[in-house]
Amino acid sequence: MSLELETPLSLEKIRGLEAGDKVYLSGTIYTARDKAHLLLCAGRSPVSLEGAALYHCGPLMKGGRVLSAGPTTSGRMARYTEKVLSFGVRAIIGKGGLPAEPFAGRAVYLAYPGGCGAAAGRQLKLIRGYFEELGMAEALWELQAERLGPMTVAIDSYGKDLYRDVRASALRRLKS
Amino acid sequence: MRSEVVRATVRALKQAETSLPGWVVELIEGALHSEGSPVARSQLQFMLENARLAEEESIPLCQDTGLLVFYVEVGRDLQLDFDLKDAIAEGVRDATEEIPLRPNAVDPLTRQNSGDNTGLEIPEIFLERIDGHSLRITAFPKGAGSENMSLLGMLNPAEDPWEFVLEAVAARAANACPPLFLGIGVGGTFDLAARLAKLALLRLPGSSPLELELLGRINSLGIGPMGLGGETTALGLKVERAFCHTASLPVAVNFQCWAHRCASEVVR
Repeated sequence: MSLELETPLSLEKIRGLEAGDKVYLSGTIYTARDKAHLLLCAGRSPVSLEGAALYHCGPLMKGGRVLSAGPTTSGRMARYTEKVLSFGVRAIIGKGGLPAEPFAGRAVYLAYPGGCGAAAGRQLKLIRGYFEELGMAEALWELQAERLGPMTVAIDSYGKDLYRDVRASALRRLKS
Repeated sequence: MRSEVVRATVRALKQAETSLPGWVVELIEGALHSEGSPVARSQLQFMLENARLAEEESIPLCQDTGLLVFYVEVGRDLQLDFDLKDAIAEGVRDATEEIPLRPNAVDPLTRQNSGDNTGLEIPEIFLERIDGHSLRITAFPKGAGSENMSLLGMLNPAEDPWEFVLEAVAARAANACPPLFLGIGVGGTFDLAARLAKLALLRLPGSSPLELELLGRINSLGIGPMGLGGETTALGLKVERAFCHTASLPVAVNFQCWAHRCASEVVR
């Protein structure tokens, strides 16, 4: 069973998602990594982030085509989560997870299978680039997603966090 | 000969970046067969689909085409009248354009990107002398997700090195794109342990009783593909040892993602 999502994402739609759900997402999404986050948080977003899906990804592009575009490690952007969610971002897509607290009541974290850049490239089309002077990996790319997935709701808006549960269980098993 | 080295570098990189070694595919297929968690199965299936797609279309499996590492075996009877490292760096620049690769190499302090995946000391090249006339180039692109989770411990000899490895995996695996491969260096000095850990990744998969037992313990942690739960946390690991000082116990763990990209080309 999988769910279909479309951007812009409403709060109601987000509240309908639970950790463990399998989802596919269509519509406009924005990539952002370390440097683009710094600019977003400085109030320099070139786009509206209301209802947006932000993708932690530094794609490999060639001639206006998205060749390979899997997720990057979200943990590096943890320091910016609270701020970008306050701009109205409803979904953060990445791998490895983020602290769950900032998501409560307003957003979800979607895990895209890491390393699957070639498959993701097929699901994404370039619309335009911002901050391209930051380089290919760090620019903010506006992309059109066509059934981006399979993704797993890893952190839901009710405070459930699959990564935290799995890690806690692993540490318990280690000590037993 | 120099131009052959340049071209062999490009070919090895292209194969490594766009396809998985057959034995890695088989390990993932085996994991899919035995995995019970639906979330884990869905991801393993997609990993296999991604590998097929990348190979068919000849595009990089992962957008993180890595920092480029090479293991080069040079025949003792071979006379080289050119700078080998320079030729491999030229191959890297060509491959960055041709495959293409994402430019990943930056100055550590200014963060300025060279744009061509080369720079001070990069690509990283391990040179080894072997018998004969041939030259074998192994391309080993290393993504940052897994490399960033790697760590080195200068343990007290009274401590258990395997506990150190297990704790590292339990705390760090989710960010390193599991199911993992692990290169483990035990002993030596501070730097030798780390080098052994990297070389261990080039000698995968390990099959000694010690390696298989450690693999079993890691897979009992329940971390699963991408850290979302499941029985498949690691696909393989290799332990390399060196004698160390009687007062030391260095242990290095080099994490590697499921996409263990590695390919060799021989220049005769």
